[in-house]
Amino acid sequence: MNIDSIKNGYVIDHIKAGNAMIIYDALGLRELDCQVAIISNAKSKKTGKKDIIKIDENIDLDLDKLGFLDPEVTVNIVKNDEIIEKKKLSLPEKIINVAKCKNPRCITSIERDLDQIFILTDKEKQVYRCKYCESSLK
Amino acid sequence: MKHLIDIQDLSVEEIDELIKVANDIIANKEKYSPKCNGKKLATLFFEPSTRTRLSFEAAMLELGGSVLGFSESSSSSVSKGESVSDTIRVVGCYSDIIAMRHPKEGAPLVACQRSTVPIINAGDGGHNHPTQTLTDLLTISREKGRLNQMTIGLCGDLKFGRTVHSLINAMSRYQGIKFVLISPDELKIPDYVKTNVLDKLGIEYCETKDIEEYLPELDVLYMTRVQKERFFNEADYIRLKDYYILNKAKLEKAKKDLTILHPLPRVNEISTDVDDDPRAKYFEQALCGKYIRMALILKMLGIE
Repeated sequence: MNIDSIKNGYVIDHIKAGNAMIIYDALGLRELDCQVAIISNAKSKKTGKKDIIKIDENIDLDLDKLGFLDPEVTVNIVKNDEIIEKKKLSLPEKIINVAKCKNPRCITSIERDLDQIFILTDKEKQVYRCKYCESSLK
Repeated sequence: MKHLIDIQDLSVEEIDELIKVANDIIANKEKYSPKCNGKKLATLFFEPSTRTRLSFEAAMLELGGSVLGFSESSSSSVSKGESVSDTIRVVGCYSDIIAMRHPKEGAPLVACQRSTVPIINAGDGGHNHPTQTLTDLLTISREKGRLNQMTIGLCGDLKFGRTVHSLINAMSRYQGIKFVLISPDELKIPDYVKTNVLDKLGIEYCETKDIEEYLPELDVLYMTRVQKERFFNEADYIRLKDYYILNKAKLEKAKKDLTILHPLPRVNEISTDVDDDPRAKYFEQALCGKYIRMALILKMLGIE
């Protein structure tokens, strides 16, 4: 199966197999006018299979959100047909407006214009807690 | 300007200093009576509370200051849909310091992001209640003469009981503390308190459903009420509300110098026949609440 290489943009590689569409929706890639390729179940030496997303435009990519959704991905930045940078992502220390606090007693459930902020409190167990009520994000 | 949102906002040294000032206030009440002349405390109680609000107001009045505010959200602009941020910005124009209670967890943190005056968290849902903890620490320190090397039993609603969470946070910073966590399965201490505080700091603790199992080992027994307002399902509340009842007979197995505390109000969890036992210190605890809040107001207003 051949998919065109991209001239300027991103290749999001090493996405956990099955996660590509989640990332596609969460990053709002559906709204883009440029070409976006989603490759599911590509062969991977490390994990057996993986997903890949190619974006043929230099968009403003939310790396914190991407790192939260799948901390194992690699983002290749392509400029003039060449990879100029490979970014290995990790869990961000803080995520803003990526997820919503599910605690009905949390102030975020009623206060207007309040960002939904979660802080990484346990890197090993990948636990995020609401900045306001400290409920964990599950 | 500093706010008090969580007991962890205060260092051990700051807590010790507050206790020292509170003890000095108890010993020299007249010296402190004019300290807050001309200062105003706003008590914003978005959720009803008798003793915490009155304790704050009594504290400010005894320091020579004055108080304003509301005792439930229906008598404030919140009933018109005003946000916490807006309420705080407005009240900051009329007062020098704010004590707020809110049913939503994290509300005081939202408030302090917008406030022009110091904010004291007077309780936010089942989350934090730092001034109750300061009250507890002052009482324990006065009763025991120390805040280290003791076994503390916490009994009742350990899930929603914010006083319990804050007390564990605070006491875990002292040496030689062991906790006995006594609750029914439905009201066990949340995992985040265990992982973020007890396990993280290597604090010794055990969990049990039986109040009598560890009673002879306890130096302090902290009873709590099962709070109706924290339940979405009334049937659960009715089933659990009288799970523990401490009475005189049970106390026969306890140490002679046990200190029994309760943040009050109590319902049935401590039988009234315990009130005359010299180990019952919950009314002294309520009095300590006023003195430690006086010390706190002075500190937060920067008054020596």
